[in-house]
Amino acid sequence: MTTLFIEQCLNGLQFGLLLFLLAAGLTLVFGIMDLVNLAHGSLYMIGAYFAATLTAWTGSFVLGALLALVCTLLVGMAVEVIAMRRLYGRDHLDHVLGTFGLILFFDELVRLIWGPEGLSLPLPSWLNTSVTILPGVQYSAYRLSIIVVSLAVAGFLYVLVMRTRVGMLIRAGASNREMVGALGVNIKLLYTLVFGLGAALAGLAGLMQAPILTVQIGMGENILIIAFVITVIGGIGSIRGAFIAALLVGFVDTLGRAFFPDLLRLVLAPNTAATAAPALSSMLIYLLMAIVLVLRPEGLFPAVRK
Amino acid sequence: MRKTLLAAGTALLLAAGPAMAQQKPIKIGFVSTFSGPVAVIGNDMRNSFELALDHMGRKMAGRPVEVIYEDDGFKPEVGKQKTDKLIEADHVDFIAGYIWSNVLLASLKPVVDSKTFMVIANAGASQVAGELCSPYVFSTSWQNDQTPEAMGMYMNQKGVKSVFLIGPNYAAGKDMLDGVTHTFKGKIVGRELTTWPSQLDFSAELAKAKAANPDAIFVFYPGKAGVQFLTQYAQAGLKGNIPLYTAFTIDETSLPLQKDLALGVPGAQEWVNDLPNAANKKFVADYIQKYPGHRPSFYGAQSYDAANLIASAVAAVKGNLSDKEALRKAFEKADFKSVRGGFKFGNNHIPIQNFYLQEAVKDAKGDYVLKTVATIVKDYQDASHDKCPMK
Repeated sequence: MTTLFIEQCLNGLQFGLLLFLLAAGLTLVFGIMDLVNLAHGSLYMIGAYFAATLTAWTGSFVLGALLALVCTLLVGMAVEVIAMRRLYGRDHLDHVLGTFGLILFFDELVRLIWGPEGLSLPLPSWLNTSVTILPGVQYSAYRLSIIVVSLAVAGFLYVLVMRTRVGMLIRAGASNREMVGALGVNIKLLYTLVFGLGAALAGLAGLMQAPILTVQIGMGENILIIAFVITVIGGIGSIRGAFIAALLVGFVDTLGRAFFPDLLRLVLAPNTAATAAPALSSMLIYLLMAIVLVLRPEGLFPAVRK
Repeated sequence: MRKTLLAAGTALLLAAGPAMAQQKPIKIGFVSTFSGPVAVIGNDMRNSFELALDHMGRKMAGRPVEVIYEDDGFKPEVGKQKTDKLIEADHVDFIAGYIWSNVLLASLKPVVDSKTFMVIANAGASQVAGELCSPYVFSTSWQNDQTPEAMGMYMNQKGVKSVFLIGPNYAAGKDMLDGVTHTFKGKIVGRELTTWPSQLDFSAELAKAKAANPDAIFVFYPGKAGVQFLTQYAQAGLKGNIPLYTAFTIDETSLPLQKDLALGVPGAQEWVNDLPNAANKKFVADYIQKYPGHRPSFYGAQSYDAANLIASAVAAVKGNLSDKEALRKAFEKADFKSVRGGFKFGNNHIPIQNFYLQEAVKDAKGDYVLKTVATIVKDYQDASHDKCPMK
């Protein structure tokens, strides 16, 4: 039973960290540029598609992944310059409309370039094994590497935001955008860089989940909803909030799906439990969001806003 | 002069009248999924249906055939809308197709109410074989329980004492997992249903299966989910430790992506591409020739049979589709050459058929193909047939 629990905790950690990569970009863009970016899921999808194609082309998983990251970064910056600049300062509803259009655009673009059926990204053999992390506990090497890479990226983001000049500008922009502009900082360049960074993070999340989950059109849409839930729970504009909230959501979802059905079977009749359990356990994260909104509407760690 | 021209014109029209009525095309509506990652299944069905029409010269009883393909987008509400459209706007004579049990159940009422003959080429919702059976509805596939029941029998033969069941949480998923419990004599140590179709990460369920330590795991994941499941099953360290038994998880549409992961994993099926009858050999050979790079799957084989079933019924009534009673009798007779060899219907219009054990192997050219390993059960009738009031 403990091995199962440890394994489920690791699964939850891995899921949470993947969500963090996606949510970090979203919350940054929302916090600094006040931009509701629904097309974030499309950048996630583009990262996965690039990785699948470039890995097949270069023959190496790591090289393909790195190149895909660079490509997604460039696509993100291009999207910011061409499309997002027109949306700044406008009503959030305009953002929703505009970025929703971008989702449709990217879905069709991917369908045109790569076809409707999706791709697959096979794992290299050195990652396709399981390792013994504790006596008696075996875990997939690839999922372990996702955890390691995500933690490294989280650490890098921390250093970037807390210890560099650019990071200081990012935190200032999240806190009071107008003042930063008034102080003569090149706000346009900052915005492009931040958006590109968010895109690269989303692309990384997309390409990391690709070998175990999927590379298909519209893959970003489901997970984008969860990313928004995390942004709301963690507090808009706060990376620390996104990190804590993402881990929370990852654990609640994975452990919930694993153990909640068994809990239900203790209180309900077996037939009712069997029908209700899958539906109820997928609702748990939204329940969490509702509770957080009731108790702390601004999120768990909001960036201070004037 | 004008009078002669008018008379000649009228005579020509009158002469052409019955000839045109004779040439009025037979309209068949085909509902399947042609978008998204599962489009590969819809395309296989459409390709096979078209191949069958080519083989019969695109005519049934001398009348040309027109097929209208509609996309259900993998959603029951869209499938129902498309079915309504085909019946009410296009006035189709027959309806065929349907991959998904939930889409079928949503679309059933308009078909039965309008007394349109339907040939289901895949979906096997148990209700349609039981209490919802109709004189107008026929299936060239199976009832959802049959294939997993066959797999349960095979697991008994192999001496499996305990099994952990994993499947998607929708009509067919539940039917499949229940089907195994009907025939399997050992212990069911776990039953996990996953959110369908959005949940693609099976790590939680696989971890539970590993903890329960069964003799075997039974799984049902059609389409792309089958690829994900096999990948994660291998990564969880289960491959080689706990054997996997499947239904509808490994087929010619998913095998090209599953590759080595599918080798040695048995599946039960009512049709395998190497069945040794003449109709099947022609079907597979011509399919590979017409659609290079692709092999037909059981979805395609069932659609091919559906086209031939409709043709046999139309031929029996000599193209006169207004006599519904005669058409129904012709359908029930099922007098056509099926790619399964023999073909006969039970009282509920579900086929009584053999089930085979198939395994994925690498052929001489290095391609992944499915091979018949054994016959699990012969002339197997589905368990719901006594719930159907028809005789």
